[in-house]
Amino acid sequence: MKADVNPKPVARSGPVVANGDVLLAVSNVSLSFGGVKAIRDVSLDIRKGEIRAIIGPNGAGKTSMLNVINGFYHPQQGTISFKGRERRAMRPYIAASQGIARTFQNVALFKGMSTLDNIMTGRTLKMRKGIIQQALYWGLSQREEIQHRRVVEEIIDFLEIQHIRKTPVGKLPYGLQKRVELGRALATEPELLLLDEPMAGMNLEEKQDMSRFILTVRDAFNTTIALIEHDIGVVMDLSDRVVVLDYGRKIADGTPAEVQANQAVIDAYLGIPH
Amino acid sequence: MLYREAGQFKTTYAADMAVFPIRQDRIALALLVAVAFIAVPFMAEAQVWPFRTDYMVRAILIPFLILSLAAVGVNILIGYCGQISLGSGAFMAIGAYSAYKFATGVHIPLAWLGTAISIPPLPGLISIPLGGLMAALVGILFGIPSLRIKGLYLAVATLAAQFFFDWVFIRVKWFVNYNSSGSVSAPDMYLGPIHINTPVERYLLCLSAVVIFATLAKNLVRGNIGRQWMAIRDMDIAAELMGIRPLYAKLSAFAVSSFIVGVAGALFAFMYLGAWEPLAFDINRSFQLLFMVIIGGLGSILGCFLGAAFILILPIMLDQIPHAVGIPVSVETVSHLVFIVTGGLICYLLIVEPRGFARLWGIAKEKLRLWPFPY
Amino acid sequence: MVEFGQFLEILIGGLLSGVLYSLVALGFVLIFKASGVFNFAQGAMVLLAGLALVRSLDFLVARGIPMPVAILMGLMFAGLVMALTAWLIERFVLGPLVNQDGLTLFMSTIGATFILEGAAQMIFGSDVYPLPLFPTDAWFLFESAFPGGILVNKLDVWGGLIAAILVAGLALFFQRTKTGRALRAVADDHAAAQSVGIPISWIWFVVWLVAGLVALVAATVWGTKLGVQFSITFLALKALPVLIIGGFTSVPGAIVGGLIVGAGEKLAEAYLGPQIGGGIEYWFAYVLALAVLLVRPQGLFGERIIERI
Repeated sequence: MKADVNPKPVARSGPVVANGDVLLAVSNVSLSFGGVKAIRDVSLDIRKGEIRAIIGPNGAGKTSMLNVINGFYHPQQGTISFKGRERRAMRPYIAASQGIARTFQNVALFKGMSTLDNIMTGRTLKMRKGIIQQALYWGLSQREEIQHRRVVEEIIDFLEIQHIRKTPVGKLPYGLQKRVELGRALATEPELLLLDEPMAGMNLEEKQDMSRFILTVRDAFNTTIALIEHDIGVVMDLSDRVVVLDYGRKIADGTPAEVQANQAVIDAYLGIPH
Repeated sequence: MLYREAGQFKTTYAADMAVFPIRQDRIALALLVAVAFIAVPFMAEAQVWPFRTDYMVRAILIPFLILSLAAVGVNILIGYCGQISLGSGAFMAIGAYSAYKFATGVHIPLAWLGTAISIPPLPGLISIPLGGLMAALVGILFGIPSLRIKGLYLAVATLAAQFFFDWVFIRVKWFVNYNSSGSVSAPDMYLGPIHINTPVERYLLCLSAVVIFATLAKNLVRGNIGRQWMAIRDMDIAAELMGIRPLYAKLSAFAVSSFIVGVAGALFAFMYLGAWEPLAFDINRSFQLLFMVIIGGLGSILGCFLGAAFILILPIMLDQIPHAVGIPVSVETVSHLVFIVTGGLICYLLIVEPRGFARLWGIAKEKLRLWPFPY
Repeated sequence: MVEFGQFLEILIGGLLSGVLYSLVALGFVLIFKASGVFNFAQGAMVLLAGLALVRSLDFLVARGIPMPVAILMGLMFAGLVMALTAWLIERFVLGPLVNQDGLTLFMSTIGATFILEGAAQMIFGSDVYPLPLFPTDAWFLFESAFPGGILVNKLDVWGGLIAAILVAGLALFFQRTKTGRALRAVADDHAAAQSVGIPISWIWFVVWLVAGLVALVAATVWGTKLGVQFSITFLALKALPVLIIGGFTSVPGAIVGGLIVGAGEKLAEAYLGPQIGGGIEYWFAYVLALAVLLVRPQGLFGERIIERI
């Protein structure tokens, strides 16, 4: 995480970085649970530095797609290549260690821990001191703790959650929990950040704040972002490219404007019978 | 008014991360340590109240300290890492019997290799941590199922450990040095030239062990590994997606927990029981430790001490109070009452304050900070 | 031929004593199916039911009431005690804990176990009380085929019969009655069941009552076998591996698990025991369960759960 958390606003005009290198490519992935096909032969790519939206009606397979990308579900067919390395199945913590971080549809914070500790867990991968050094603490792991605490405090400042630093997250209102969750993901210094409905259940003001954070994360830290969102207005404004899923299939892929004009997309949202 | 933190500013992260960030707490702790290390031994030597006989030190303080330590170990596994264990008694036994073997000399004949592993008798002070180490190894072994199974299923795996080791220490005579009665006596303990024998000497040794290991445990639970344990406890899937390796987090919790429980077991055998049978570490011991942790507070080091104190004092209270008010109660009734009160308190705490006495203590402190304002 | 006869004898004895484990395990399955609660108190409930029965029997017989009438009245009294227990547990322990996670509920039943054990012994006494309800002598079968025949305990056969009737009854109850369906709904999701108007406290009372009655049945058989005494509560611990092997949610699983554990531990004791020191009955069931857990965590008849996030 760089220290500069208040960057100059970047002028936005259409797909800024749509021509960047491919960071993550999903090719011909199919996933099923017993007889239920959650994803059918979907391919999509995410390019470096872009904000990529995945939209679609409920049950379209959006969350399953994120679960495949970060290794929680193992697809029956197809491959995923991240930073040029190809794989089909991997453990989620390996995906995390390669630089994929994630927030969840239903906030998945560690409820018994404070905001600070939750975000500190994001630093786990960067901490090197062994268990004996941690037990002895003074003079050994203390310095490391402080060094990471500093980074975490920067994230806390950026997300404007200083006042709830030591509050157990279970007690926080929903909007703040979502923000803490974003902070925890940012603490891993991800290259690819997956956001699963970051604005679900928020009011307008909270949505504006969250949009601002998302844009700043991309612009200031150059983090690539893939997000699932139901608020079409937000998707159209934020994202560089949009992919639309319906019943596990990809039905459209392109700039927000292209997708908006696509007949298949309109049908899917208005419910044309299959 | 005494308990105000106004004027105490924290200017470094180190100060903010201290275990006791408030000055009054640090003073109270220093006083407590001074009393435990200096005042108690002096009073016991001088035989002033409540140390008229050595009963107080021998039969209350020593088991209190050792069982608190065991509860710290159990709490790391259950309270911090969320892996329920009903087999803590077995790990105490492993610590006790391993320490006994190390202290009396290990001889494993390896006939098919034509050789034998022989370790001469080691001093008690080395044997006890080695006993803890053996418990940690077995703990890792029995923690492996936790990678595939959760919650109640794991409880059964730990019960398997309990019953298996009960049997091992009864049937495998090697562990009791082929003593026909199945009971063993702890060897004498020396600290350098000093023979640790009197209750006060034993008390001081136990106290030192408890202070050292409780401090180390506190350092672990407030650091990186402690956060990993709690993350696994609160939401294991999200933890893994954050880059926490379940294998490392869970097995380290099993190892650290079993090590502390094993050390406590060895201390319990050497410093408190003196001579013991496997029955001392049966499933009832496991439940006793579990109750200490639930009542004292899951996920709190302080809670272990509060819980241990409560569980040990309760039977004494239930025995003494009716006598004091003139209602004679039979020994049997007292033991049934202990069951009822303990069980009732557990249900009550789970409903009202799942984090036990430690949380109540925390709330009391919060109130005191704000006193006299009732926010 | 002698060896095969011996093997058969051990196998049959093991299977039948396994049925007795199943009797206890059934109570667990019922409560788990219906409330998602892993009821550690089942063993304590067997003790309570047994004590209530045997002590009321002693009381009535001492007052000259003929045995059959006394048994009937004793059973009714014990049933009432179990109903009261079910009500108290629902009202004061589980009711306030609705919607809590499984581990909290489990620990609360450990608390309930200790209350029940303490209270039962305080009220009814803590000695060993013989309960002569069923014949305890043995048959010798196939004496023509094997020298000495095969020894089969009549009590074990009775236990098998009772278990069969119980399973049939419970299956009907779960599948065919409105209450049974509501029970399954509650087990899936407390809050959702409440929201469609299922009176959760009534349902929980019913299920704990049924489990209490199952405990009473188990107590009649086990009480005859061992006498009613405190060590009966350890049955609860023996029923755990049965559940692991069979699967927590399956009534047939409880039966098959019981049979496997019963036969397995008797055979292991007879054939493996002499080599490694004997007494392996003490832990065999748990190690078997551990092995099952590692291979098939949901048990033989359990349902697999897909994790989501």
